[in-house]
Amino acid sequence: MIIEILVSFFIVFASIFMVLAAIGLLKFPDLPIRMHATTKSGVFATCLIMIAVALYFRQTDITARVIAIITFILITAPVAAHAIGRAAYFAGVPLWPGTIKDELGDYYSPEPDSINSSELDSIKNPEPDSIKSPELDSIKNSQKDPKN
Amino acid sequence: MLELVIIFSYISLSLALLLAFIRMVKGPSLPDRIVALELIASIVIGLFGLNAIDTGVSAYLDIAIVLALTAFLVAIGFARFIQVRGACDN
Repeated sequence: MIIEILVSFFIVFASIFMVLAAIGLLKFPDLPIRMHATTKSGVFATCLIMIAVALYFRQTDITARVIAIITFILITAPVAAHAIGRAAYFAGVPLWPGTIKDELGDYYSPEPDSINSSELDSIKNPEPDSIKSPELDSIKNSQKDPKN
Repeated sequence: MLELVIIFSYISLSLALLLAFIRMVKGPSLPDRIVALELIASIVIGLFGLNAIDTGVSAYLDIAIVLALTAFLVAIGFARFIQVRGACDN
């Protein structure tokens, strides 16, 4: 009976997370935001359903298979999401107009399809002019002056 | 109680499948469709797990393993395709 309640709990939560992932995929405005919705909650929901399967059968070989599935999904899903997001960014898929930060955008030129490494050096040794955000300036000033 | 939960889960997973399919048809660019395809793959893996609980046949888990592997290879292959060809609209 307790096992049945646990299995039902996991299945219901997995269904809710999967529907939320699909709604996020449909309603969010931008490719990276959509991937943020689908990758994490989709993987989480799949892992929950697999845990429910292992709890329902309670046999050694099935539990081993479930652990194999969960490990495989947890390893491959971030790799696949990273590959797709990187390829889409470099292919020039437009970002949402309300995007606040696009740190690679100033250094990537799509014409020779390369990142300008001489400008990337200024990231490692940032000059005061290269930081335009007033919030970052105020943070740096407050770090310099411990009195504020 | 478990039967009701399984029916509820079938319905909501089908709803999620439908929403992901709408995004895959609408998707303005090719990577959007690929992300929708990846979500569809993980929804179908969940459906196989649910079907294994429903019918008591544990062989569905093998299909889930193969499907997870295939979905990963599809994602990597499409990522290479986008890098070479560019994200072509339409």
